[in-house]
Amino acid sequence: MNARAATGQEMGARAGLLKRLFIRLGILPFLLVIALIVFTLMSDNFLTPRNLMNVLRQSVYLMIVSMGQMLALLTGGFDLSVGTILALASVVGAMAMAAFSAAFPDMPGLAIALGCFAGVAAGVSIGVMNGIGVAFFKVSPFMMSLGMASVGFGIALYLTGGVPVYGMPIEFGDIFGFGMLLGIPAPVYAAALLVVGLYAFLNWTPQGRYFYAVGGNLKAASLSGINTTATLFFTYVLCAFFAAVAGMLLTARLDTGEANIGASMPLESIAACVIAGVSLRGGVGRLENVVLGALFIGLVQNGMNLARIESYLQTVVLGALLILAVIADQIRLRYVASVRD
Amino acid sequence: MTSQLPPHTNGSQQHTAAPLLQTKALTKTYPGVVALDHVDFNLHPGEVHVLFGENGAGKSTLISILAGANQPTSGSVLLEGKPVDIKSVHDARAFGISAVFQEFSLIAQMTVEENLFLGAEPTRGGWLHRDRLRREARAILDELGFDLNPAARVARLTRAEQQMVEIAKAFRSDLSVLILDEPTASLTNQETDQLFSLIKDLSQRGVGIIYITHRMAEIRRIGDRITVLRDGRYIDTLDAATVRDDELVSLMTGKVVGTIFPELDLPAPGETILEVDELTATDGSVQSASISVRAGEIVGMAGLVGSGKSELMQACFGAISIDSGSVRLKGTEITHKPPRANIDAGFLYLPADRRNEGLMMMRPVRENVTLAALNVAPFSNGFVMDRSSENRTVSDLAGQLNLSPLRIERPVDHFSGGNQQKAMLARSLTRDYQLIVFDEPTVGVDVGTRASIYQFIVDLAKAGTAIIIISSDLPEILHLTTRSYVFYRGAVQAELNANQLSEENVLAHFFEREVA
Repeated sequence: MNARAATGQEMGARAGLLKRLFIRLGILPFLLVIALIVFTLMSDNFLTPRNLMNVLRQSVYLMIVSMGQMLALLTGGFDLSVGTILALASVVGAMAMAAFSAAFPDMPGLAIALGCFAGVAAGVSIGVMNGIGVAFFKVSPFMMSLGMASVGFGIALYLTGGVPVYGMPIEFGDIFGFGMLLGIPAPVYAAALLVVGLYAFLNWTPQGRYFYAVGGNLKAASLSGINTTATLFFTYVLCAFFAAVAGMLLTARLDTGEANIGASMPLESIAACVIAGVSLRGGVGRLENVVLGALFIGLVQNGMNLARIESYLQTVVLGALLILAVIADQIRLRYVASVRD
Repeated sequence: MTSQLPPHTNGSQQHTAAPLLQTKALTKTYPGVVALDHVDFNLHPGEVHVLFGENGAGKSTLISILAGANQPTSGSVLLEGKPVDIKSVHDARAFGISAVFQEFSLIAQMTVEENLFLGAEPTRGGWLHRDRLRREARAILDELGFDLNPAARVARLTRAEQQMVEIAKAFRSDLSVLILDEPTASLTNQETDQLFSLIKDLSQRGVGIIYITHRMAEIRRIGDRITVLRDGRYIDTLDAATVRDDELVSLMTGKVVGTIFPELDLPAPGETILEVDELTATDGSVQSASISVRAGEIVGMAGLVGSGKSELMQACFGAISIDSGSVRLKGTEITHKPPRANIDAGFLYLPADRRNEGLMMMRPVRENVTLAALNVAPFSNGFVMDRSSENRTVSDLAGQLNLSPLRIERPVDHFSGGNQQKAMLARSLTRDYQLIVFDEPTVGVDVGTRASIYQFIVDLAKAGTAIIIISSDLPEILHLTTRSYVFYRGAVQAELNANQLSEENVLAHFFEREVA
């Protein structure tokens, strides 16, 4: 608030520094700081360890989906079917788990394992279809994933008749939904594991580099001996895998399998990536920033809840933030162009 | 606004002798970089004024300011002696200044006439006046002598024809200054002749032409005066008729440079590396072509654009599908093999279009250099990468190739054309290749960098690598190859050995052979 009192000249120098920071880091750090300040002022309960842990736990699902979405964006596409994948995994996983649980009531561990496997496999099958369409038939990712979103959602509704699926072992929810270890919720561990795994994969393996290469320049990647078709296929399968895992974790939390979860995931996951500086043109993006981007969206949602902002209005804010992030990215590109020779 | 004008502009006494276009102490700075440093430049009506300099010397900045695409930090632009403020491309057009850049500003899905009048469509009562559009487009094309159908879609035109449309656009309004940025880079010889006769025509009408090129032969052919820029500064203006090549090159680079082609003292060629037998491409771009290349040879592929010289090598490499014929690499059949199999077998093709086919522009140099070798040592064990070894190797290669600035984490996009080319060429040293194909290795590369690229290629050949150079630049074929094939309409028209490689001999085969 001192800035307001500062003289014009100081403001100018500060603006220069801010501009350099903006070029280097993008919009995300600014948004994070603004959100923290605004929500701390609006609610006393916001900046407490308990609430921040809450934010972390609530953001986990979006975070995992965003990691998959980032892969699709890196290769120059996107996946609009992540919400459907989440729902289908949830429904199929819950149904399988309930069935196994009813058949072998004294083996909940086996039921959970088989149910999770079935759920993830169902979700990944959508990714396989996306991958076949995009990689082999060169269907635009927009059409392919939009079509598959409808297909998957229809299947999920058909399987359940639109009714939530009950009957999973209690242990599933107790461990994967509400479990705590050393004061940290279980889903956070799952997300941490996936983040570390994907980070290592992206940064320390040739295949990880190929995602960037395919999005950076498809033709150059192909002439450099990279199997671009396999890479694209793999992208959508992996993206679906992440969404399906998020679906199973969310199912554990809700204790039911539902066809209606995840509807906001396509938008929110793309927003988390774009706010984190992942380029919509492909080839650019860092996982650590995407994790922060997902946390930021969780933070904003949590802050708005505490500030008692109506949920319909929250949707408005989220859409506006996404557009703001894209505009900021354009402005940043213009600055970068003016700075370079 | 008037109070902000410089207090004393040159009065009317200079008006009669004033050049058509003049810049005074024109300066453009970006944070940390001076792109143009007090450049004085003048252009007379009816002259072809060549701008000459290395990549990054400030040519592009200068013309982008004159064309209104960029604003100067300080200094002034004078048009017929009067200071003008060119705020936009639109402004520039209104002053009669038009630029044709290397990247065209045409809309491929639209027709020629729609492109010609884009933004200034003739209307009647708010509705498009289609008849007038056709009439006026026809009139412009006829006046320029361009044989183009106004209703043709731009996407279907050749690159030369698209350039004609771009030039015709400049004639929509009264034209006094035409800026051409390396206009012949992708033209065939015939198309180049056509362009040059148009330029002569324009200059006779009093249009001043600013012409950027790296090709010495063009300067001789059409240039009247040459202005040399270096590091953003004005160096000298010379008479094109009397200046010597070495003089120009030393002015441009700031140092005395001998011939840009290295000595070709290659040892006798070794075993046969590549054998192509009666290859025909599925799309018909290559017709039963047969060639062979031996280790330690530098073999040239000459011919016009679209003659099949590049397509043949792309087909061998697996980037274009093969209809019939066979390709053998060191005796092993590689017909129909994809690029990744060929790279693993020691055969690399480096494309001509580095921006669209060669490089990931937004990624750092390091990643671009190692792109084709990530699955082998020293960069990885096939599964896990060795990042420190990658850093070390790329730093060494960048140093070896004199990458400037020597920053391997910088995105390729932020380097000059010559340095981008170096980043791509460095790929050939990241693993053990027996055969490397360079497709137009010096397109858009300045003379200084060219010399080092030529040396680089010769060194590879000396080390025993079989080299193929596909080139539209005749001197490259004549001075850099030990043997050349000349292509015409998809077929091998001639094979010329070192002692047969002369300009007349090569050119004689560029066009259809006379029926004997």
